[in-house]
Amino acid sequence: MSDSRIQRCEELLHRKLGNRIVSLTKELGALVLVLNRNDVREVFKFLRDDSELHFDVLSSITAIDWLDNKSDRFEVVYHLLSLNNWYRLRVKVAVPEEDPTIDTLTDLWAAADYLECECWDMYGINFRGNPDQRRMLMYPEFVGHPLRKDYPVQGKQPRVPLIHPEVRNTATDMSRPALIQIRKRKEEARA
Amino acid sequence: MVQKPSLLNEDLGIGGVTTRVRPHALNDDLHTETMVVNLGPAHPATHGTARISAELSGEKILNADVEVGYLHRGFEKMCETVDYNQVIPYTDRLNYVSPLINNVGWALAVENLLSIKVPKRCEYIRVVMSEISRVCDHLTCLGASAMELGAFTAFLYMVQAREYLWDLIESVTGARLTISYTRVGGVKHDLPPDFFVKMKEAFDGVRKQLDSCDRLLSRNRIFMDRMCDVAVVSRADAVSYGLSGPIGRASGVNYDVRRDFPYSSYEDFKFEVPMGTKGDNYDRFYVRMLEIEQSLKICEQAMSQLPDGPVSIRDPHVVLEPKEEVYKSIDGMINHFELVIKGVQVPAGEIYQIVEGGNGELGYYVVADGTGRPYKVHVRAPSYIHMGIMKKMLVGHTVADVVPIFGMINMIGGECDR
Repeated sequence: MSDSRIQRCEELLHRKLGNRIVSLTKELGALVLVLNRNDVREVFKFLRDDSELHFDVLSSITAIDWLDNKSDRFEVVYHLLSLNNWYRLRVKVAVPEEDPTIDTLTDLWAAADYLECECWDMYGINFRGNPDQRRMLMYPEFVGHPLRKDYPVQGKQPRVPLIHPEVRNTATDMSRPALIQIRKRKEEARA
Repeated sequence: MVQKPSLLNEDLGIGGVTTRVRPHALNDDLHTETMVVNLGPAHPATHGTARISAELSGEKILNADVEVGYLHRGFEKMCETVDYNQVIPYTDRLNYVSPLINNVGWALAVENLLSIKVPKRCEYIRVVMSEISRVCDHLTCLGASAMELGAFTAFLYMVQAREYLWDLIESVTGARLTISYTRVGGVKHDLPPDFFVKMKEAFDGVRKQLDSCDRLLSRNRIFMDRMCDVAVVSRADAVSYGLSGPIGRASGVNYDVRRDFPYSSYEDFKFEVPMGTKGDNYDRFYVRMLEIEQSLKICEQAMSQLPDGPVSIRDPHVVLEPKEEVYKSIDGMINHFELVIKGVQVPAGEIYQIVEGGNGELGYYVVADGTGRPYKVHVRAPSYIHMGIMKKMLVGHTVADVVPIFGMINMIGGECDR
């Protein structure tokens, strides 16, 4: 992003968001906007709908686990892109460890659904209002959140028991008791 | 009113396939039940391993649930345990069809954190290698999708074309798939002396094969019947779902990182960004076909104006010293040792580096804490984000359309699941 574009975007953000900005800094050629957790929904809606800013693409959502290095343990990081003006913006929101909750953006951007699921899976950030928050990359039985700094790199999890043990050997075991059992169960259910 | 059997969501488990029968709530004259069928995770046409549970009424998909994550290896967690140069082999395994673009993206991210600029020759070489990789990516995607629709000849032609390019890549990097060609601050080594000649020959072969494929596929009645008007994505949807790359452009999102946020001297080259008009499968196919030609052109431009000079910066704290220095001088020895043991020391900071990957905007978000290892790495994987719209694309189509839709999304397991 060129310097003049950053300048313009910075001025616009200062003028339009006013006192909702906790801080707005430039870092390595990128604009970084820090927000309060309670303003997230309103500010994002404004950023998307405002005719001059018009951030229409939500590029990514992730989080940073700062452990004890900052007052709030987690920081949720959003990246926005405006296709009309070619602005890029990084938005950061601090989230405390005891209540890692933040409002969902699924009704503003459809892309938020998958991204929020991943963030919840990896960091345990709870996105309030996400209709289908589930583990995306890990399996449902997984305990904990692997990208948190206190999750060990070589961490082991117990084996998940087979979900359908009765149909495990139908191909090799030609007596087929399992299938018969199922058919019986099916008939019982119909009766 | 007769109560329907209570088989709601009960697993019949016939032959190891999860099959659920759901009673339909309607007047019971006609015996209609929807059926949930699992497609994947081991279907041969699923390029990566993804699972689609489709709820069917006859042939029609009423609802679908897409599950990814079968290839999750913890890329981001692994990156936190190794130094910056050691991440490069891991990035090969992200999008393994176009590994050079991942290499370049990572190297750029770390270089921007270090605030260093690599020599012009290195930038040009990176552009050439990225574009060759992109062509490989598109050829694989198109060839495999054509094969899944029955056009096996086109697949063989495209794989032959890819073979020319892989030979070319092998002559430069020494490997065909897991390349690890870039380093922080440059590339591994220079191009071989006869590279330009070899490249021209390879490109002639690629163009010839592509021409045959174009004639076989692009106006093929059967192919068009299967592709046209299937899974139409409007521009508004594409923007909302964050689609980028050829899929986004097919839907009218006029966005190409190479043109709009140029990196690695892309502003020096002239190329066009092909756009779709409708956003259906055929557009996604044809945008890729046109992009191949543009990529080849970029390569030719870059090679014809390739500047002379070194291919990496000369900073002993970032790039390994030449071996003569290491063996002959004590300084060289110390620098080599320090760099190998401690890694590149990157000042604290954050960067979100984007490059145009084979599938779209590939972003590396790196947080450095001033040590030799990244504090946090996040990959904005285009495949993962494109899988988000999969459900919407599938609903309303038939089971036979699942494979071409999935093929045109070009989900790469390594990148999607990380």
